[in-house]
Formats: sequence, C-alpha cells, structure tokens
Amino acid sequence: MTVVQARAWVEAIAAAIAEQADHLTQLDSAIGDADHGANLRRGFAAVLTALAGPESPTVGDVLVKTGTTLVASVGGASGPLYGSVFRAIGKPLTSHAIDGNQLLAGLRDGLTAIQRLGAAVPGDKTMVDAYAPAVAAFERELQAGGTLASAAARAADAAEDGMRATISLQARKGRASYLGARSIGHQDPGATSTALVFRTLATVMAAS
Amino acid sequence: MKKFLNSPETVLSDALRGMAAAHPELRVDLDRRIITRAEGPRAGKVGLVSGGGSGHEPLHGGFVGLGMLDAACPGEVFTSPVPDQILAATQAVHGGAGVVHVVKNYTGDVMNFQLAAELAADAGIAIETVLINDDVAVRDSKWTAGRRGTGATVFVEKLAGALAERGASLGEVAELGRRVNAASRSFAVALTACTTPAAGKPGFDLPDDEIEVGVGIHGEPGRSRDKIRPARDIVGNAMDAILSDHPLTPADHPIVMVNGLGGTPLLELHILFGEVAAVLSGRGIRIARALVGNYITSLDMAGASLTICGADEQMLALWDAPVRTPALRWGA
Repeated sequence: MTVVQARAWVEAIAAAIAEQADHLTQLDSAIGDADHGANLRRGFAAVLTALAGPESPTVGDVLVKTGTTLVASVGGASGPLYGSVFRAIGKPLTSHAIDGNQLLAGLRDGLTAIQRLGAAVPGDKTMVDAYAPAVAAFERELQAGGTLASAAARAADAAEDGMRATISLQARKGRASYLGARSIGHQDPGATSTALVFRTLATVMAAS
Repeated sequence: MKKFLNSPETVLSDALRGMAAAHPELRVDLDRRIITRAEGPRAGKVGLVSGGGSGHEPLHGGFVGLGMLDAACPGEVFTSPVPDQILAATQAVHGGAGVVHVVKNYTGDVMNFQLAAELAADAGIAIETVLINDDVAVRDSKWTAGRRGTGATVFVEKLAGALAERGASLGEVAELGRRVNAASRSFAVALTACTTPAAGKPGFDLPDDEIEVGVGIHGEPGRSRDKIRPARDIVGNAMDAILSDHPLTPADHPIVMVNGLGGTPLLELHILFGEVAAVLSGRGIRIARALVGNYITSLDMAGASLTICGADEQMLALWDAPVRTPALRWGA
C-alpha cells in the first residue's frame, strides 16, 4: 500500500459513509440515538479537508491525520473510537509504501486501541464484532501466502459476517446496552460502519 | 415535524448566538463552543466544567453562573463535545486550584472527557472527574455501559458549584459531587418520542395509548412499554423502582425533582409532584427541598423524570446557597 492508496482508501471511506449515512442513522435510531451516520459524515468531510493539500510523506501520516481529525470533529463515542483506531493503525507505518505484514501490525494496534478505550470484547454488539474477525482473517490470508489485496478482501468478508452476526446479539456496551434484551434483532451501527471501512480497503487494493 | 430552525446543520451555532444575545452575564465563545462566566476565573477557586450533547437545555449552559458551573461545553445534538473543546473550557476557568469535570455516564461523554483530562493534565491542570450514573432504569453491571447520568446532574452541579464558590479544595468539591451522585436516583417515563433536528421524525413509534417506561434523555426507547395509566400509578411504579434501589426512611431529608423532558406542561408536572409527595408522606418521609420544571430535557419529548437525593445537612445548606444562572436562581 502506497501513500496514494492510503489516501484513496480514506477518500473511499468518506464516500461510502456519505452514501450510507441515512442507513447508519436508521440502524442507530433503532437501538441508539440516531446520529451515527450524521456524525461520521461530518467527521470524514473534515478529514477530506485536512488531507487536501500537499501529499503526505508516509502511509502512517495519512492515517494519523485522519484519526486526529476524527477525534477533533466527531464527538460522541465514534469520534474517539474511530479516531484512535486510525491513529493507532497509522503510527507504525512510517514509510512511503508498506506491505501486508506491516499493515497487519497497524490493524492489530487499531484493535488494541478500540478495546483499551471502549473495553468491549467480541460479542458485546459493537464495532469490535466486525473489526476483530477482519484482522484475524487478514492475518490468516497472509499466512496462507496471500497478498495484501487478497487479505483485505478476506477481511472485508469477515467484517461483514461479523456485522450480520450482531443482529442476534444483546448489546453489553454503548448506548444500545440500555435497551437490554430489546437490542436483540437489530444490526449494530458501529459494526456496520466498520464493515464499510474494510470493504473500501478491499475495493481500493483490488483496483490497483 | 415542524421546528424553529434555519437549517439542521446550524442548530447549535444559531442557539449559541441566541444564548449570547440573551445573557450578557455569560461569555459565549461561538468558535470554540464554550459558555463561561463573563467575569472569568477567580484565583484560588476550583473550576466546575460540565458538558454533553445539546438537546437537554437548560442543562448545561443554563447552569453557568454564580454558585453553579464555571463553564459548559455543548456538543452537537445528543453528541458529546470533543476533547479540544473540553480542554478549552477547562483552561478558560482554571483559577489555579484545579478543575472538576462533571460527566454524565455515556460512552461518548466518558471517552471525550477522559481524552480532555489527559490533555489538561499534560498542560499542568489538576483534574477530578465526577461521573453521574443515577438512572435506576438501567441494570447496573460491570458487563454493560452502566447506569445513565440523568437528573442527578442538576443536583451535583448545584451542590458542588455552591461548595466550590465557598473556596473548598479540588478534592472536597469532587468528593461532595460523588456523594451527591451516590445518594441520588432517577427514573423517567416518556409519552412520545423526541425528534432530532437531523432526523426530522420521531425516534420511535409510540401508539396513542402506550408509554415508554425507563427512558433516558436521548430519545432511545426505554426498557419496556406499558399502557397509559393514571398519573398516580405511573408515579407509583417510578417510586417503587427508585426506593427499592435506594430506600429512604422518615429520618431522611430528600431533595425531590420532577423534571419535564421538554414537551410536558408544568400543570402535569405538578400533578406528578403531588403524587410523589403523597407516596413519600405515606411512608412518613418529609420532602426537604423541591424542584419542578424543565431542567434536563430531551428535545421535544413529552414525558417526565423523577430524581430523589437522600441529602444530608451539608447538602441542604449548599442547596440553599445563592445561585445566579439563566435557569436556576435564588438568594443572589
């Protein structure tokens, strides 16, 4: 993954979020407070502004800038969570181009960051339910000799499986947890936006 | 749903402009989105900062002033403020004695205030955080996000604000805030859903003859649905939930608040308060102080919350201390 591809990834996330904002908000109104789509759309619009201008020197610079902007502009839980994820992913990626194993290390740091901040574990009906299986699938594909692009594709599939699996879960973290058993039967909005993040990674890496 | 808006995107900045125009005794920073007392920090006084999503007015901006908050940082509707904003508010009110953050227990608020507290500590400001989690409708468990912060926030901001005004230390102000929270319980019932400016339609559908029981202040559904019943029965259920969690005896001197969620007339709030008083009097408990009105709302939701604080003598004295804010003022 090059600096150009990293930026294309972030731009693709922004486009996907803008397109899916109403869907995310609809999911959030069922078990949350109906602002997930609007908040991420506002945040990624700010990210596009922050990334405009001279090209970043490293892959990590693109992702850290993305994270810092999200923390400063989104608010709610998704601001600190997505902000910390992108900052953590980007931090070790200090070169102009990175390979699959380097991205894997970043993605793992991202998972550590969300879990440190949100204290969620798989099964809590949160973004972790999409993120954790995606990282595991990414790693398995690399170990099986796959490329960064094929690993990203497996990660996207796993994230979407994890996202769909949140429907039957009872929320134990975040605002949906207040609903208790009434949260069952609804897909988690955070897991849904996380699946978008991995799907866009797969799409961008497949295109190049 | 009709609303008085210029556009959904400018709700917060338009409202802050109005706040600034109506209250010259406050300083409203439209760029950094913080509301402080116009006179600025007082040297040696502990600063009291709160904040959270907008849509709960008068909380928190309406409680900035003598005897209560030093600063409020409003986020977008139902969305917590961001760390830089909280840090700016903290720095603006720091008078050298440290700053207390009053944080309602929601995942987003907790994270953003935590990041801001780390930044403030890096800047050399001592921070104490008082977490509010008084809502008995949420089953408390270490496996969940825990109880929500609701009506007790008003009590903590009033009482801790009064103590800070008297020159108490950072540790004393925070400790009192935690004791007030620990002594307080809330329960809320909604008759309608609320409508956020961005969504433009109610957050959930509620038939004419049904109510949501155990709601929070963000338009999310409650724990269960019930048929509409006489006010006496609704209050009875809410009192059972509160008193089974935090029993009171005739030796207690509770502060009791019946709070409107934004779309319920004062007439109905007083009907509710009358029922609360009847239940307490039936148990031999005398209400020491009362507050009836809209203090922590959920946009246009019709509904009410009940908060009871088993106050001690110090808390009652602090309750009576002078307060001069847009939404709460007496003795000053």
